[in-house]
Amino acid sequence: MDLIAPLFRQGFFGLDTSMVVAFVIGFLFGTSLEKAGFGNGRKLTAQFYLHDMAVYKVMFTAVVTSMFLVQLAVLLGLMSFEQVFVPPTYVWPQIVGGLLLGVGFVVGGYCPGTSVVSVASGKLDGMVYVLGFFAGLAVFPYLFDAIGGFYSAGAMGVVTLFDYVPVPPLLLAGAFVVVAIVSFFGVVRLERWVSTRWPSLRY
Amino acid sequence: MSKETSAPLAVWFFLTGRPDARDEALAPKAFWSPYAAGVLLGITLFLAFFVMGRGVGASGSMNRMMAAIYALFSEGFAASLHYYQGYFGSSRSVLYNYAVFQILGVFVGGYVSAALGRRAHLTVERGPRIDLRSRFALAFTGGAIMAIGARIARGCTSGQVLTGSANLAIGSLIMFVCFFAGAYAVAYVVRKQWI
Repeated sequence: MDLIAPLFRQGFFGLDTSMVVAFVIGFLFGTSLEKAGFGNGRKLTAQFYLHDMAVYKVMFTAVVTSMFLVQLAVLLGLMSFEQVFVPPTYVWPQIVGGLLLGVGFVVGGYCPGTSVVSVASGKLDGMVYVLGFFAGLAVFPYLFDAIGGFYSAGAMGVVTLFDYVPVPPLLLAGAFVVVAIVSFFGVVRLERWVSTRWPSLRY
Repeated sequence: MSKETSAPLAVWFFLTGRPDARDEALAPKAFWSPYAAGVLLGITLFLAFFVMGRGVGASGSMNRMMAAIYALFSEGFAASLHYYQGYFGSSRSVLYNYAVFQILGVFVGGYVSAALGRRAHLTVERGPRIDLRSRFALAFTGGAIMAIGARIARGCTSGQVLTGSANLAIGSLIMFVCFFAGAYAVAYVVRKQWI
């Protein structure tokens, strides 16, 4: 079979069409988040009080589903993994940024993507969150100048776990699918234990 | 209640802010199983990679909107900010961008899904022990913290933790761990907001 994907990078359609495609992908993304209940800050933050760990389940399921399908398409020769955008690694800013994202998530109740869904479904606290988000974005250009070289600290370029683990990529993806499924059994047990011990905890 | 009438009614409730959950026949539908929603999200992500060669994102598009807001006041000023380098100066608008069109889709998709599920009504999500003003103050603060975190890390939970981890990018996997670590570290402090 011929290499056909990523379709846009292979020249199947132009920039204007790609904007329509972007809208459709966004539509599906927003739909998945809303169906999962992620337009709701209480449902999202229940993850951190352990009685409803939907955030972990949805995220890990999505990650392994996509990972497996991409590596399957690559193995079938349909798709070039080199042409898929993989975010480059900057260790230190990503450690700090990741921690800040976690803190902000449980304080604010949403993440950027889910806040858009919360606004779309009428959550007033989500609207205030988005205002706060824009306030943060408004000051960031100044912070960017202030932190200087830290923004690029620990630069490693585009590196993935596939580069470090010497097994076929599809096999590694398959292993992650198994790890995810096993971990879900553990997580469900934890949810049950917490809900029995503290029955007042209800999403 | 038939599907034909539920969607317009949900729109009406959303626009008027009437809590339709009180009406038994119009109670919100249950959310999907997290595994079903996760598979749909994973397929969406795969389609994004297959068709476009890139995943999903949220904070980058909002950053472009912020740049556009600055440019409304003065394009020269916006273009002078180092962080917005490359956003201005071309013939295309800063908003003519994959991520911006995608976030519009997220908004419309989220709204349609909520309306069909009878979940679109004006509410405030909070635990039973917190007043409105505190909830709004924390929502604003959390949003600002996440904006700074997302920009330092070059992407948020969508662009890094989800998209990057799906391709096992090392930095994104680090963020996956740090994201949960940061949230669990402060969950006890803000527990009154949620439980």
